[in-house]
Amino acid sequence: MAGFDHGPAVAKEVEDPIETARRAKIGLVLFAVYLTFYASFMLVNAFAPSWMEATPAAGVNLAIWWGFGLIAAAMVLALIYAWLCRTPEKKPHA
Amino acid sequence: MIHDPSTSVIIIFSLFVALTLGLSFYMASKTKSAQGYFAAGGGIHWFVNGIAFAGDYLSAASFLGICGMIASYGYDGFLYSIGYLAGWIVALFVIAEPLKRLGKYTFADALDAKFQSRGLKLAAAVSTLAVSIFYLIPQMVGAGSLIKPLLGVPHHYIGVIMVGTVVTLIVVSAGMVSTTYVQFLKGSLLVFFSAILTVMILNRGLDVNAPANREMTADSREAFLTAHAAGSTAATPGPGVLVPNPASWGERPYLQLKDEATGRISIWRETKGTEGKFHVMECQILVITADGKKLVNGLPHGKGEGEADFWPVGHVAQLPGEETKSGELGPLGFLSTLQGSEMITWNKDLIRAPEGITTIFYPAHTKGSDLLRPGNLPAFKGIRSEKFLDKLNFLSLMLALFGGTASLPHILIRYYTVKDQAAARKSTIVGIGSIGFFYVLTLFMGLGAMTSGAIDVSDSNMSAPLLAKSLNQWLFAAISAIAFTTVLGTVSGLIMAASGAVVHDLAVGVLRIEMNDHAKVRLAKFAAAGVGVIAIVLGILFEKMNVNYLVGWAFSVAASANLPSLVMLLFWKGTTKQGITAAVTVGMVSSLAWILLSGDTYRDVYNLPEASAIVPFSQPGIVTIPLGFLVLVVVSLLTQPKESPAT
Repeated sequence: MAGFDHGPAVAKEVEDPIETARRAKIGLVLFAVYLTFYASFMLVNAFAPSWMEATPAAGVNLAIWWGFGLIAAAMVLALIYAWLCRTPEKKPHA
Repeated sequence: MIHDPSTSVIIIFSLFVALTLGLSFYMASKTKSAQGYFAAGGGIHWFVNGIAFAGDYLSAASFLGICGMIASYGYDGFLYSIGYLAGWIVALFVIAEPLKRLGKYTFADALDAKFQSRGLKLAAAVSTLAVSIFYLIPQMVGAGSLIKPLLGVPHHYIGVIMVGTVVTLIVVSAGMVSTTYVQFLKGSLLVFFSAILTVMILNRGLDVNAPANREMTADSREAFLTAHAAGSTAATPGPGVLVPNPASWGERPYLQLKDEATGRISIWRETKGTEGKFHVMECQILVITADGKKLVNGLPHGKGEGEADFWPVGHVAQLPGEETKSGELGPLGFLSTLQGSEMITWNKDLIRAPEGITTIFYPAHTKGSDLLRPGNLPAFKGIRSEKFLDKLNFLSLMLALFGGTASLPHILIRYYTVKDQAAARKSTIVGIGSIGFFYVLTLFMGLGAMTSGAIDVSDSNMSAPLLAKSLNQWLFAAISAIAFTTVLGTVSGLIMAASGAVVHDLAVGVLRIEMNDHAKVRLAKFAAAGVGVIAIVLGILFEKMNVNYLVGWAFSVAASANLPSLVMLLFWKGTTKQGITAAVTVGMVSSLAWILLSGDTYRDVYNLPEASAIVPFSQPGIVTIPLGFLVLVVVSLLTQPKESPAT
C-alpha cells in the first residue's frame, strides 16, 4: 500500500499496455501449469491415497517427493515468470 | 507441561524484544508524515521487501503450528505448507499483474476504482476486518503458548495479553515502516535459525529413545496388576492399586492404578502385543473438574510437592534393522530412516461427563511409513474412506489454502511498498524462495520434534521450541524469541491492514467523514488499539486449538469472501457492483457461519459434543468459495446496466 489514499507514493511508472497484457497472459499460462500439478496432487490424495505410499527413490515416499516438487515448482515458475517478463530492449525507431 | 524459566532464555528473549521495540521507536521518530505511517515511503529495496514478505507470511502458524502438527500427526502438517506456498502462485500469476493494471493496490481500492459504490466499500472493509481478526486469533493463541513455558507463567492468557500490548504499542507508535523492518528482521532470523535447527536435527540422527518403564508386557492382566501393586515392576510411578473407571468411560480399555500414599494415578491402556501376552502402554490424563480444577495424572497440575505435570513425549520405538542409533543422517537419509522406523505417537480421547471433562492422551506404536503419508490428522482421515463426503474436508482445505493467499488483505498491501513493477516481481521471487525453503525445513523440524522425546502432549503448538530446547539451551532462547517476534511482525501487519480499512474505507469512504491527514492517523491508531483488544480477547477464547488449524480457517474466510470478487473483477466484464457486494457478503458470512457451526468449533471452543454440530464437515472452502462465485455471477447478470440510449 503506498500513500494514504492508497495511490502510489512514487510517480507511477509508465506502462505499455501491450507489455502488461503479455505479462498477464504469461502469468495465466504458468498458473495453468502449476494448477495441473497441484490439482493432481489433491485428487490423488483424495481418491487414490495408497499411491502416495510408494517409495520411488532414495527410500522416500511419493507424498514427500510430490510435496517437495510442488514447493520447488513454485520457485522455478516464479523465476521463469520474472525472466519472461523482463523489459525488452527498446527497438530503435526506423 | 510447566517449565522452569531459565535466565539465559529470558535474557536473550528480552534482548530480542528490546531490539524490535527500539527499532520501532527509532523509525517512529523519523516518520514525519502520514504517508510514512502507512506506506513506508514506497522506497523499500526489493530484497528487503522480499524477505519482509517471508517475515510477514511466515506467522506463528507456520512455524509453531505446522511443526506442531507434523510432530503430532506426521505428513498432514506438511499439506498446509504445500497449500500455503501454492497460494503464492495464484497471487503472483493471476492477481498481481491485472490488479496493477488497474493502477490500484488493495482489493478495496480496485473495487472502488471501478464502481465507486459505498455499499461495496462497506462490504470490502468489513471483509478485510473479518479476515484480519480471524488471522489474528491464531497469532495470539500462539503467543500465549509461547510465553507460558518460556517465562513459566501458569496461565495461557498472560502471554496473550503481553503480546497484544507490545504489538499495539508498536503499531500505534510507528505504523508501517517499523513493520517492514521488523518483518525483514524476523524473516531472516526465522529462516536462518530454522536452518540451524534442521542441521542439528540431522546431526543428532535418530535414537531409539522410547522410555522402557512406560510400556509393560506381562503374562496376564492379573500378573500385571499384582506386580504393579507390589511396586515390583519397573513401571513409573509405582506402586499402585486398581481403581474402577468412572461410568462415563464406558468400555474404554484403560486401567487406572492409584498410588495410595501420594494419590498419584498412572493410567494404562491395553493394546495389542505379542500373542497370549498382556500389553499396556502408559497414558496421561487431564481432568478439568466442573468447578474448574485442573488435575494431571490424579494430582493438581503443578511442579511442587503433591502436584503432577505431564511428562515429555515424542519417541522412536524402533529403527530399521534393529539399530539403536542411526548416527548422523542426510536429509533424504533422515526421511528414509523414518520411513522404515516405528514411532510412538499420541492421540486424545475426550470424555465429557457432569463431573468434568476428561482428556486421556494415549500412545500407540505407529509405523513411520504410515506417518509420512497424508491422512493421520483426524480431520483428514476421511481420505481413506470409501465415501465421497469424507474426502471433502481435505479437498475443501486444499482449495481454501490455494485461493486464500491471494485473498489476504495484508499480503497484497506489502506487494506495493517497492518502487516499481520489476522490483515487485523480484521481491516476490525472493519471498517465494525463502518461504519455500522454510517450508521444506518445517518438515524436518516437525519430524525432529516427533522423535526428540521433549514435546508437550497437551500443547502441540510448543513442539518446535521444545525441540530446540532438547538440542541446545541457547537455541531454545533464540527460537522462542524469534517465534515471539514472528508473532509481533504478523500481528502488527494485520492490525495495520485492519486500521487502514477502518480509516480509509469505512470512515472516509463509507461514512464520508472529512478528515485531514493528522486526524486520519489518530483514528488509525485508535482503530489499531481497538483491534488489538479484540484480538487479545479472542486469543484467550480459542486457546485450545492448533494455531495452524485456525489459520486454515482465516484462509477459508479470505478465499470465500474475496477471491470470487477479485478474480471476476479482473477477468469478467459483466461483473457489477451489486454482484460483488453480494458475493463478498455471502462469501464472508457463509464461511464464518460454517466455521462457527462446525464440529471442530463445537468441540474446542464451545465444549459441546462434536457430533451435534450442524454442518457435515469442518472446512467450508469447497462450499463457500463456489458459492461466492455463483452469487456474483447470478447477481451480476440480474443487475446488468441497461443499454444507454444512443445520443
